[in-house]
Amino acid sequence: MSAQDSHVKQSPAYEMALVRVEDVVKHFPIGTGLFGGQAVRAVDGVSFEVRSGETLGLVGESGCGKSTLGRVIAQLQPATAGHVFFRDTDLVRLHGEKLRRMRQQMQMIFQDPYASLNPRMTVGDIIGEPLQNFGIARGKERERRINEVMRTCGLNPNFIRRYPHEFSGGQRQRIGIARALVLNPTFIVADEPISALDVSIQAQIVNLLEDLQDRFKLTYLFIAHDLSVVRHLSDRVAVMYLGKIVEIADSKEIYLNPLHPYTKALLSSIPIPDPDLEAQREPILLKGEIPSPVNPPTGCRFHTRCPIAQFPKCSEEEPPLEEKAAGHRAACHFAGQL
Amino acid sequence: MVNKGETLGIVGESGCGKSVTALSVLRLIPEPGRIVSGHIWFKDRDVASYSREELREYRGNDVSMIFQDPMTSLNPVLRVGFQIKEAMVAHERFDNKTADERVVPMLQKVRISDPKERAKNYPHQFSGGMRQRAMIAMGLSNEPDLLIADEPTTALDVTVQAQIIELLRDLNRDMGTAVVLITHNLAVVASLCTRVIVMYAGRIVESGPTRQIFNSPQHPYTWSLLQSIPRIDSTQHDKLLTIAGLPPDLSNPPPGCLFHPRCRFRVDRCSKEEPPLEEVGPEQAARCWVLMKNALAGAEPVR
Ligand SMILES: Nc1ncnc2c1ncn2[C@@H]1O[C@H](COP(=O)(O)OP(=O)(O)OP(=O)(O)O)[C@@H](O)[C@H]1O
Ligand code: SF4
Ligand code: SF4
Ligand SMILES: [Mg+2]
Repeated sequence: MSAQDSHVKQSPAYEMALVRVEDVVKHFPIGTGLFGGQAVRAVDGVSFEVRSGETLGLVGESGCGKSTLGRVIAQLQPATAGHVFFRDTDLVRLHGEKLRRMRQQMQMIFQDPYASLNPRMTVGDIIGEPLQNFGIARGKERERRINEVMRTCGLNPNFIRRYPHEFSGGQRQRIGIARALVLNPTFIVADEPISALDVSIQAQIVNLLEDLQDRFKLTYLFIAHDLSVVRHLSDRVAVMYLGKIVEIADSKEIYLNPLHPYTKALLSSIPIPDPDLEAQREPILLKGEIPSPVNPPTGCRFHTRCPIAQFPKCSEEEPPLEEKAAGHRAACHFAGQL
Repeated sequence: MVNKGETLGIVGESGCGKSVTALSVLRLIPEPGRIVSGHIWFKDRDVASYSREELREYRGNDVSMIFQDPMTSLNPVLRVGFQIKEAMVAHERFDNKTADERVVPMLQKVRISDPKERAKNYPHQFSGGMRQRAMIAMGLSNEPDLLIADEPTTALDVTVQAQIIELLRDLNRDMGTAVVLITHNLAVVASLCTRVIVMYAGRIVESGPTRQIFNSPQHPYTWSLLQSIPRIDSTQHDKLLTIAGLPPDLSNPPPGCLFHPRCRFRVDRCSKEEPPLEEVGPEQAARCWVLMKNALAGAEPVR
């Protein structure tokens, strides 16, 4: 194996933002009764950019709003407020044909390869459906394109008329990926694409995603809760907590030098598959439960569980997400002090 | 086969028979059960086809089992505290009153804050991590000698996972409870277990002390698994090693070594004869004609 880091991308467009998210908010109103008039504040004011050609990893606890953010960016759900720019066009202001054309360039891969494929459609129809929806290719041309993308994703085109249940989990995820690729998108939101798969299959899909990125110059927003995989795949990593981004930096930087106490706790909690190193690891154990996104804590949302919170500052003043070192932003009054 | 007070990890892919093995390893398959070439038959049915409900019936006083998904194991319309109490009463180890008194301390033991109030909650009012801990409280309430945890942390975040592992470690140390952890997460095994069993397609393919298995795996499947997972502490970007192909269809298994269609070290013999599980080092056993020490040395297998 080469010790060289083969994954560094040097395209001139590398630093350019492909997707820019500005103050995006997504609230889900919850009906009557106890919570009458209230809302789940799933995403609560989030700004960042995804650079052209990079993989941005998005991590955080279950329920912190990762999938919601992914769906809002991919235009599968409308934002409650804020802007999503794609190459400087504000998607939130687009409608009809113009929005459709933009959406063609952004696709989503879902976590559950069982639930996300229509069991009554053949594989060919599932993969080809977006071509239909966008009125792109018909007949022979459609068939040709489906064949091609199946081969690209390591699926045998002879299986084009089979149904999803005839495939294993890993192959179904390949079908989901083929469907996302069929329109030649530039940007892909991958929402936990490997968490439902067996260990020996996960590596196959991770490698496939990397190959596709190299081949088609794709930009990824990669959502996951497995930080080892995120570290492996991502150029930069954003950490989310209760609807907010609390830290964002280069992948290496965030793993070596986490500044936010939550990031630090998260990283210290990851077991290493090596018993000798494991014996030395000392996780920072967080107290308490994840607070409700209906009624998030005041000030810094992490203050109810933060090992270094200082009162009243942390419970009264919300820390802004600001640059603490070159390209390294964190939202904490006492960044780097844990 | 599980020693008193030990922590044993059983690793393998989904559907590889890990859960069933846990039961048979523990000799939990009752009398009419017999083992026919790797499958465990009970009342003329393959135990692999048993539902969770049926498996749960094996639960006794000395053994507790906790499952991956607490939502299917907790009754949604009953208060959590009541369910923990019922688990104790059902096994007749404690009388009604003692069982009642034990509920809150049990919740406390699994680090649920405000245990007194929380005991009155229904499962949906708990977060995923809390439900998992409530399940563990239930599993421990009868003071079992052995706790079998089937993928107890897969659905959880790493921070909660760390709490649960810490909890299992404490129980093992303080109460001498033996723990069998069934998982596909090798890192969790490295963290908690002293001994490991690796399963493939319903067979034990390797077993031994954790340190040895991780430092010197002898079965190609174990070796490949360890090479295929990205590590948080890795400093360079290498392509992950993949295991080609898929796990076999157990109704139509390949001849010879069950791993041979996916094995990069196979020799002629592998597709003809199934290797036995043989000792390969101190307390370490593997089921392979070649073994990694020979494969990596580039040497031809001797047999
Ligand atoms: N359609 C919806 N209606 C109401 N609430 C919702 C809806 N979708 C998501 N939520 C809530 O929004 C919050 C964020 O959910 P989301 O699925 O984005 O989390 P996540 O970070 O992806 O979690 P996980 O890691 O478990 O997938 C949660 O509290 C969830 O219950
Ligand atoms: S702002 Fe205060 S409570 Fe929030 S993370 Fe920083 S130290 Fe902790
Ligand atoms: S017996 Fe042969 S095929 Fe099976 S694991 Fe060993 S080398 Fe591979
Ligand atoms: Mg999600």
